[in-house]
Amino acid sequence: MAITEKLPAVRADLIVFSVNGRPVDVAAPGTRRLSRVLRDDLGLIGTKVGCDAGDCGACTVLLNSEPVCACLVAAGQAAGCEITTVEGLTGRSPLHGRLQQSFLSHGAAQCGACTPGMLVAATALLEKISSPSESEVMDAIGGVLCRCTGYRKIITAIMEAGASAALKASPAAGEAVGARVVRLDGKKKIEGTEIFGADENPAGALGVRVVRCPHHRARFQFGDLDQFIAAHAGVMLVLTAKDVPGIDCYGVIPRFADQPVFAHHEARFRGEAVAALVGEADALETLDLAEFPVRWEELPPLRTIDEALAADAPRMHPHREGNVLVRGRVVCGDLEKALAEADVVVEGEYETGFVEHAYIEPEAGFARRVGDHIEIQACTQAPYMDRDDVAKILGIPPEKVRIIPTAVGGGFGAKLDLSVQPFVALAAWKLGRPVRMVYSRTESIVSTTKRHPARMRLRAGATRNGKLTALDFAADFNTGAYSSWGPTVAGRVPVHASGPYQVPNYRAVTRAVHTNIVPAGAFRGFGVPQAAIAQEQLYDELADRVGVDRLEFRILNALQDDTPTVTGQVLGEGVGISACFEALRLRWQTARAEAAAFNARAVGPLRRGVGVAGMWYGCGNTSLPNPSTIRIGLKRDGRIALHQGAVDIGQGSNTIVTQICADALGAPVAQFDLVSGDTALSPDCGKTSASRQTFVTGKAAYMAGSKLRGEILKLAEACDCATIEFGDGSVTVIEDGKRKLIAVREMPLDAHGYLITCEATFDPPTSPLDEHGQGSPYAVFGFGAHLAEIEVDVELGTVRVLKVTAAHDVGRAINPTLIEGQIEGGVAQGLGMALMEEFFPGKGENLHDYLIPTAGDVPPVESILIEDASSIGPFGAKGIGEQAVIPTAPAILNAIHDAIGVRIHRVPATPDRVRAAILAKAKGGARG
Amino acid sequence: LYLKPKTLAEAVSLLASPGGQILAGGTDFYPALGERLPHGRVVDITALGEIRGISVESEQIRIGGLTTWSEVIHTSLPRCFDALKAAAREVGSVQIQNRGTVAGNLCNASPAADGVPPLLALDAEVELASAAGRRRMPLAQFIAGNRQTLRRRDQILAAVLIPRRMEDAASAFVKLGARRYLVISIAMVAAVVQADETGRVAEVHVAVGSCSAKAQRLDELEKDLAGLPAKAGIGRAVRAEHLNTLSPIDDVRATADYRRDASLTLVRRALESCVGSR
Repeated sequence: MAITEKLPAVRADLIVFSVNGRPVDVAAPGTRRLSRVLRDDLGLIGTKVGCDAGDCGACTVLLNSEPVCACLVAAGQAAGCEITTVEGLTGRSPLHGRLQQSFLSHGAAQCGACTPGMLVAATALLEKISSPSESEVMDAIGGVLCRCTGYRKIITAIMEAGASAALKASPAAGEAVGARVVRLDGKKKIEGTEIFGADENPAGALGVRVVRCPHHRARFQFGDLDQFIAAHAGVMLVLTAKDVPGIDCYGVIPRFADQPVFAHHEARFRGEAVAALVGEADALETLDLAEFPVRWEELPPLRTIDEALAADAPRMHPHREGNVLVRGRVVCGDLEKALAEADVVVEGEYETGFVEHAYIEPEAGFARRVGDHIEIQACTQAPYMDRDDVAKILGIPPEKVRIIPTAVGGGFGAKLDLSVQPFVALAAWKLGRPVRMVYSRTESIVSTTKRHPARMRLRAGATRNGKLTALDFAADFNTGAYSSWGPTVAGRVPVHASGPYQVPNYRAVTRAVHTNIVPAGAFRGFGVPQAAIAQEQLYDELADRVGVDRLEFRILNALQDDTPTVTGQVLGEGVGISACFEALRLRWQTARAEAAAFNARAVGPLRRGVGVAGMWYGCGNTSLPNPSTIRIGLKRDGRIALHQGAVDIGQGSNTIVTQICADALGAPVAQFDLVSGDTALSPDCGKTSASRQTFVTGKAAYMAGSKLRGEILKLAEACDCATIEFGDGSVTVIEDGKRKLIAVREMPLDAHGYLITCEATFDPPTSPLDEHGQGSPYAVFGFGAHLAEIEVDVELGTVRVLKVTAAHDVGRAINPTLIEGQIEGGVAQGLGMALMEEFFPGKGENLHDYLIPTAGDVPPVESILIEDASSIGPFGAKGIGEQAVIPTAPAILNAIHDAIGVRIHRVPATPDRVRAAILAKAKGGARG
Repeated sequence: LYLKPKTLAEAVSLLASPGGQILAGGTDFYPALGERLPHGRVVDITALGEIRGISVESEQIRIGGLTTWSEVIHTSLPRCFDALKAAAREVGSVQIQNRGTVAGNLCNASPAADGVPPLLALDAEVELASAAGRRRMPLAQFIAGNRQTLRRRDQILAAVLIPRRMEDAASAFVKLGARRYLVISIAMVAAVVQADETGRVAEVHVAVGSCSAKAQRLDELEKDLAGLPAKAGIGRAVRAEHLNTLSPIDDVRATADYRRDASLTLVRRALESCVGSR
């Protein structure tokens, strides 16, 4: 609180204003951010905080009808004003109801973290202009970042808000699969009532602030911590490595676990935790962490792959020779012979940088101790993995840890790893009081995982007819200070680096190399997007050298049902890559002709180009078990409880899994009640990663639904041809026109509290890879191809993407709207990776230096869904989450080459790099 | 301590005792705090209606320091302000334009401040108010370096004053960034071109931002362009040497070499835009 002082100016201790038409008075310092006042003082948690710097727009509210970032408005500045938050939009005008409906029906909300800001910004626009143009919409929402949707569905939803019809009814029994079902958790997202990691604050909760290393590498020593606590009112506890009761060594892959909760004596990356202060939240907030007694002794860091691999480099982890975390290898055929015999050989070296996940919701959650149990409510992609690691850290059995996943405001891989969980758990465990922590944007960026930077060397050979004969691929990945998902990247990439093509002679070797940088981990595609950037560009060069059209080259070499992959796997069915390429053929020919005509006429600096790239991606863990278990229960009221433990991070698993289960059971989607992935309530559906939830959890839901159907039919002694009618408080089996009532009122409840409980587990059949990487690593692959049309300003080196056409073989499109959402979002992330996204450790730890695409950067995306079923998947379905991001960047890079004849070997293709490549080419051929 | 004076006189008297920090639009104030809370004496000047808004005076146009970028966009202004309006539309996002003030942009003195090149090209002066009275100085002098100004802690930037001498001149602003919205420029250029009755350049002002510690006018270029035909092709008169006074750096957004190269293109384009058909 402010110190009272008599001064001749307005004091703003009691701030009076109006929120959503209701007068409020808040006792708060006048300088408190309005976002904090709304959320913490008034409980209006619909307004999200994504950056506290005006960089993301998630906290957009209306101040006297004009959109502002609430994080940049002082509480005292709101005095006397009318504030409208997402919670108040409904009451503001009928317009808003239509806008909300439009968001739902267009699938404009995915994770929902940007949705309140988007709705508020859109409302400000629509109140001025009822039928805005596309560019007016872009201007209006240009200040609100979205990381999931790629913006196009949001733009359409706003433009068509006026015309929005009533929502389509939920599909009838048996008609869910293939229907554009509105996401089942959508209503909460558009009303701002969804609970994310930071949205609950238990009474009496203490806060945590983590002291992090400011250097890439440093030894450290603490001063007098007791004295520090004594000198700072409100600070109750300082946690350091000494306070970890269990095993202070965690990691997402237990065999490689190497990360301590707090560094011991030496911090290995800038941002690594060394201590945590626990105490009264208000007191902690005012604390200047610079006063914390720690002495740093900066040590020379290993920052690059080369530094870490140098013969005299210090070893970061004693047992990891040469700082190599892990190697990957897939070999088939006789590579050297094939290259020697190839009519054409091309080679190239490609590099990518660190990429930040930049979800709109920073990590957050709280823990509370309940007797000898600990409960953690936080945003996560992997509740059961969190449970096991927290148990290990606390030194208690996993059964005594309960993870309650909140809605997740975007994950993309980084929320698979622990973030706030160990800190809040340790503190709550020790103090017996609830402890809450919300990462700042900077804290999120400095301490959570990144996409692995890759350095890749390739050689590829083909016959003069354009038949691919050989690929030699070697890649090093900068995996940072701890293992995280480095082994998965190093293992997955060699399997995929061939692309979706038949390559009879192949060698792919990888290394994940430790450096003194924040750990690189999982990020949509586990290294495959990096590999595709190299391989798809090199194949373009190969096609050009043999004189075959670039798309036809891909079709000629595309994998077929009966051709072996580079691991020797013959899929036998569901290899839809040819169909994807063929679906692009017409647009490819037309777009190339249009670009050529444009360039022939061009007098100014603009040149256009068209690029294509293909992709394949195995669904689920690589040659490792990854089961999902679904439990469903028939309730006395005739409704179905679906224990859906697959965390929905915005991609839509809540809806997709229900659709699958509904059709397997023969019940309408509306009959289902979802039970979350709370580890105390639902069985393990594995982590939300590896594009596995539709396929693996979906299949388990299919099996569980079928089982329950069988059980109900058995009760009625009906045959499989019978249908089941789920009414309000009744279940009826209809066979040959005869109706048999199931005695729901009389049946006893089982141990789970249901009349009938069915559980089913599905684990995709795979086989281990041998020493040459041969085997069947995945049961199902998703396939796809993107076509990018772009425009380059040759004087400035800027690239604008005009259109992306994306064909994906999804096996079966369970929900076309959600699949399009994944594709459009994937395109946006791929575009970012291609053109603007790079994290420089130690610099730009915010969302104005680290750039992700805005509404004005993502072009229209035309999705073409191919359904080449994989019979093992539920209704033939495959994954789409990661598949969608992989081909965009190489398609854009190939289009740049098509437009101006320069090959970009280092992404992102920022204006300076593109311009440098143009100048180098003009000078005489040195490549960019 | 949070103070919200209602008049400029009150505000400057509050600032006369040391230790006060000014809060206006908050768009730089809060981001600069990071995870810290505001501390000390914060003087919120947003209630000072007298230094908000744009007025036309006999010799000059007065932009009150508290005028937001949205107000700049929505105020009808002479042609030479087209560049300033274009820059206003490029400030962050609508949310930032609704709060961020012209004075704040100048006082924050970022090398990439969108408002500075157009105002430099308009020969703007700033008016600083303190308990001791008001004083004027050229904007070019006021901004002393990277995040440095000549504003004393007790002064409020009350107004930006633009001479009306060139108000019919054509003006243009071009900003180069790596994405469409919410972007800090890699380089930006504002140009104002006044043609005489024979269609030749009577006076031209060109300012480049994000390419040195503070945005700069290109004096040599301005001299060389005077008297040339104010028509398409004027950009060809710009040579790389004209930009020698810039001192761009490498940063996360671009290399220094690129900035030098791109700003030449941007200068040419801004000039062409001033003389082209509109």
